[in-house]
Amino acid sequence: MANVHEIRVCGGTGCHNNKSADLIKALKKAIRAAGLTETVKVVETGCFGLCEKGPIVMVCPEETFYSQVAEEDAEELINSHFVKGELFQKRLYKTIKDDIKRRAFSDTEFYKKQTHIALKNGGLIDPENIDEYLAVGGYTALEKVLKEMTPAEVVDVVTKSGLRGRGGGGFSTGQKWKFAMLAQGDKKYVACNADEGDPGAFMDRSILEGDPHAVVEAMAIAAFAIGADEGYVYVRAEYPTAVKHLQKAIDDAMEYGLLGEDILGTGFNFTLSIRLGAGAFVCGEETALLNSIEGLRGEPRPRPPYPANKGVFGCPTILNNVETYANITTIINEGWEKFAALGTEKSKGTKVFAIGGKINNTGLLEIAMGTTLREIIFDICGGIPNGRKFKAAQTGGPSGGCITEKNLDVPIDYDNLVAIGSMMGSGGLIVMDEDNCMVDVARFFMDFIVDESCGKCPTCRIGTKRMLEILEKICEGKGELADIDRLQDIAQTLANGALCALGQSASNPVLSTLAHFKDEYLAHIVDKKCPAGVCKNLTDYVILEDKCKACGLCRKNCPVDAIIGENKVVHVIDQEKCIKCGTCLANCAFDAIIKK
Amino acid sequence: MEKMVNLKINGIPVTVPDGTTVLEAARTLNIKIPTLCYLKGINEIGACRMCLVEVKGAKALQPACVYPVAEGIEILTNSERVRKTRKKNLELILSDHNRECTSCIRSNNCELQSMAKELGLEEVTISGEISGSLVEVNTAIVRDESKCIFCKRCIAVCNKVQSLGALAAANRGFKAVAQPVFGKALEDVNCIQCGQCVINCPVGALYEKDETEKALSFIDNPNLYTVVVTAPAVRAALGEEFGYEIGTDVTGKMVTAGKMLGFDKVFDVNFAADLTIMEEGTELIGRIQNGGTLPMITSCSPGWINFCEKNYPEQLAHLSTCKSPQGMIGALVKTHFAKMNNLDPKDIRVISIMPCTAKKTEVARPQLANNGMPDIDVVLTTREYARIIKGAGIDFKNIPDSAFDEYYDEGTGAAVIFGATGGVMEAALRTAIEVITGEVSDKVDYPQVRGVEGIKEFEVTAGGLTLKACVAHGGANIKKVMDEVKAGTSPYHFIEIMACPGGCVNGGGQPIVDAQTKAVLDIRAERAKVLYNRDANNPLRKSHDNPSVKRIYEEFLEKPNGHVSHELLHTHYEAKPKYR
Repeated sequence: MANVHEIRVCGGTGCHNNKSADLIKALKKAIRAAGLTETVKVVETGCFGLCEKGPIVMVCPEETFYSQVAEEDAEELINSHFVKGELFQKRLYKTIKDDIKRRAFSDTEFYKKQTHIALKNGGLIDPENIDEYLAVGGYTALEKVLKEMTPAEVVDVVTKSGLRGRGGGGFSTGQKWKFAMLAQGDKKYVACNADEGDPGAFMDRSILEGDPHAVVEAMAIAAFAIGADEGYVYVRAEYPTAVKHLQKAIDDAMEYGLLGEDILGTGFNFTLSIRLGAGAFVCGEETALLNSIEGLRGEPRPRPPYPANKGVFGCPTILNNVETYANITTIINEGWEKFAALGTEKSKGTKVFAIGGKINNTGLLEIAMGTTLREIIFDICGGIPNGRKFKAAQTGGPSGGCITEKNLDVPIDYDNLVAIGSMMGSGGLIVMDEDNCMVDVARFFMDFIVDESCGKCPTCRIGTKRMLEILEKICEGKGELADIDRLQDIAQTLANGALCALGQSASNPVLSTLAHFKDEYLAHIVDKKCPAGVCKNLTDYVILEDKCKACGLCRKNCPVDAIIGENKVVHVIDQEKCIKCGTCLANCAFDAIIKK
Repeated sequence: MEKMVNLKINGIPVTVPDGTTVLEAARTLNIKIPTLCYLKGINEIGACRMCLVEVKGAKALQPACVYPVAEGIEILTNSERVRKTRKKNLELILSDHNRECTSCIRSNNCELQSMAKELGLEEVTISGEISGSLVEVNTAIVRDESKCIFCKRCIAVCNKVQSLGALAAANRGFKAVAQPVFGKALEDVNCIQCGQCVINCPVGALYEKDETEKALSFIDNPNLYTVVVTAPAVRAALGEEFGYEIGTDVTGKMVTAGKMLGFDKVFDVNFAADLTIMEEGTELIGRIQNGGTLPMITSCSPGWINFCEKNYPEQLAHLSTCKSPQGMIGALVKTHFAKMNNLDPKDIRVISIMPCTAKKTEVARPQLANNGMPDIDVVLTTREYARIIKGAGIDFKNIPDSAFDEYYDEGTGAAVIFGATGGVMEAALRTAIEVITGEVSDKVDYPQVRGVEGIKEFEVTAGGLTLKACVAHGGANIKKVMDEVKAGTSPYHFIEIMACPGGCVNGGGQPIVDAQTKAVLDIRAERAKVLYNRDANNPLRKSHDNPSVKRIYEEFLEKPNGHVSHELLHTHYEAKPKYR
């Protein structure tokens, strides 16, 4: 009997950067050394989600969950787990909350409250092996659609499932398909938006890396539904693994007759190719993306005409993002009813979030719509590190807003997030604690937008720049009260007048922080203080007289000789000289230095 | 039947054809919606956000210039939300614009400036960094990035109308700017200095290199003999600079102003246009009879010459060797006229008033010189001529008419139509047919070659010869015709090419008309009417009937394409790289 055990090692970008490739080599070597090549097989899978603890290793079928496994651990792991038949305690995943070492994957706090649809095959299959995808039911949805359903029935099922676009706006996917199905045209296209650009969001990358066939299959289904025979996946060139896996998936599907001409003998033709983007955030905007596919400058086009009528090369086109497509096969295979049973009234199914910032479990998670932010942050992701206090969470990236403590129990769905001043966006989720300055956060997002604005309309091109200039001025301590009105005026103009969604929503982080943290703005402007101690010009480093032991460590480490003192004399920081680098604070062993 | 759509604008019902934009629909109700980036049929990109209107039911405001009407929609063009957004947006644009309006070449003819006035902008409350500062000076065209508002009209014209691709959008976001491609200077890319970008720029970011001081310094110098020569198309547009309606003939005042400015002689380039017909017509007949390179293509338009040298360098043999009329008259003033009047050509300065920016590059060509003296000493555009008239305090509207000075005075009707597309062709036909048949023909009008259609074909049989001809204007049309020439499939004997759409009446040196006026009025046709009227009212309609032309062949040139002509009136061309 061969291959009784399978060691699944995450090959996603996060774990890859933690040297999972070296680990795989070492594991294989250890297996050979132990003479276990017949019974233990190593598989490189896609992302498991818990990137914080990578590289992730799961031994199946028992689902033993090891984390942060290093190359050096390989031999010991093989010996312990397979030769001795004992759990390799050293790298067994330890939960944050109760310090219990968990044995099973599905039993961890991180995974327990998740529901996987879009991420279903991440960590399960070898993404570069079409046979593994077929083994878990791959391409059965396509077969069902081609052999048993009409295009209108497909559109109907997708519509009834309640699936909404996972890339930002949350438009009904079924409706979108319907418009394109009804649009007149000899030539139609399907396109996939894999130009994930929100800072911190990486779910589309993970899906393409870990389960590329799910997207290929869904696009073929979409093509059948609207009557297209050609498709493009627009993916950022900065995602080399995703591009490689996707290309392999397309090539393999072609070879297996699952793409190309006369697919599964049904007479349906569909070819798919990749278009590489150069990493412009604005190319995530659908019309800018279409321009870029056509080889034009990545700038949005006015709508109408909508892509469903005039998209790629002027032909009817549907454009969905990766995560949206990743839901399709489940909806077809398991029925729209099951999908629609998940979630809230107007937001069905699940949503993937990429969580980062001040959070214990950085990574990727998929929850049913309606889960609260509190559950995500404190249950699934283990809360805030270092005992700091939660301040706010940003969803929707630079187009979204911040959510504060008082809204942590609002069930997450498209409409609720808008109602509390944020938005779903693509699912980036950044957690901030009391050490984050909210004016600085607004400045950060505006800086990003200024860099990423295409420049086509002056409203965004100049408006965002002017807002950034004002925010910088406030962070430098040169703000005046009238600046708040100026910010609000320009923000309103952007919302009303900018050409595309990027510009229309660009001021959201400013409006949102102004709404929830106006006191911080006023502290910067009126008191000339940054309460979080982030803005250097508004922060003083001070030595506490009662705590200073006059050890001289701060003085010795200060790069600009700003600390005055001698042995056994309490030290003082010369504020004129201090460059607020924080070296003294980092070096003080007695917590005698604070930011004020 | 055309499908009609009913909608309401500011509560007023209106019915317009399907496919109409809200901007156009509003215009039918005499409601003007402000625009900046809009250039009808050329740049309809909804970018500048000045034409925003409220569409009932839509979340964001919509750009009227590209928003198509739909049955039952309700539009508000003047709501508080619209007014506030437009004003703030305008403030944003102005906050990144060099607002030295008083010294700006476009002051009082600036779409941005007039918009600020129309919108009642009281103050620009927003300030910050200005994105552009580069000023690039070329032989004919100056680019000032501190004035550029990135409306991309220049880019659209350069690419779509002229097919040149010399200008493109560079950089992103706040640093986005309309620039020559590859970050080079205009002259080092496929720019032909036609100036179509200049006359379509809403602000002062693109303009001609001003040489008015140079021209005035010649007049100021008592030792110099100054001769001013005016191109056919100038008289059809100069009046616009002084408040006349588009399409007003100001020939007489144009001449008077030249005399009042102190030029010693005011000559008409039309004389040289007639001469061109004699030389070019003879060259064409010679090529047909002797198996020369055909089709022969006109060479009057310096923008076209630049175009051909850079884009079709292997097709230069098709170009007529005739200098442009400007080159011919310059050469004759410094030889024939100087000789007849005992003047030392070294003391003569010829100032030419042209509807064109590319003419400034033409006179810089080493081929357009004789004994080390340039044929023309300085070229002023129509706009620059208007500027020196205004600067001299001449009350243009109230000065009397006067006639050109003798020798090189106003030519025939055939000459004046050189300023419109098809004009050279029509003038050539009038003479060629009589030369070929040896008989006087009653037929003078060839309406088939008139008008603004991009490519016009024409066939005429005379004396057993069927002459196939074609007229093309504007780079995109030129390209189509020239690709045939290059492929060896061009069926024509003779092609007239003008770089600018509409010909010289719409040249890059002409008065600048705002985009909204151009959206409802074809200024090319209006200005051309002036020329065709002058033609119709001229007792002489054929170039070979021009007595001054007859005289110059008798007393100086001997015969068309003769030895002296070749020396003075003909030239050669050089292949040039597109990019340097």
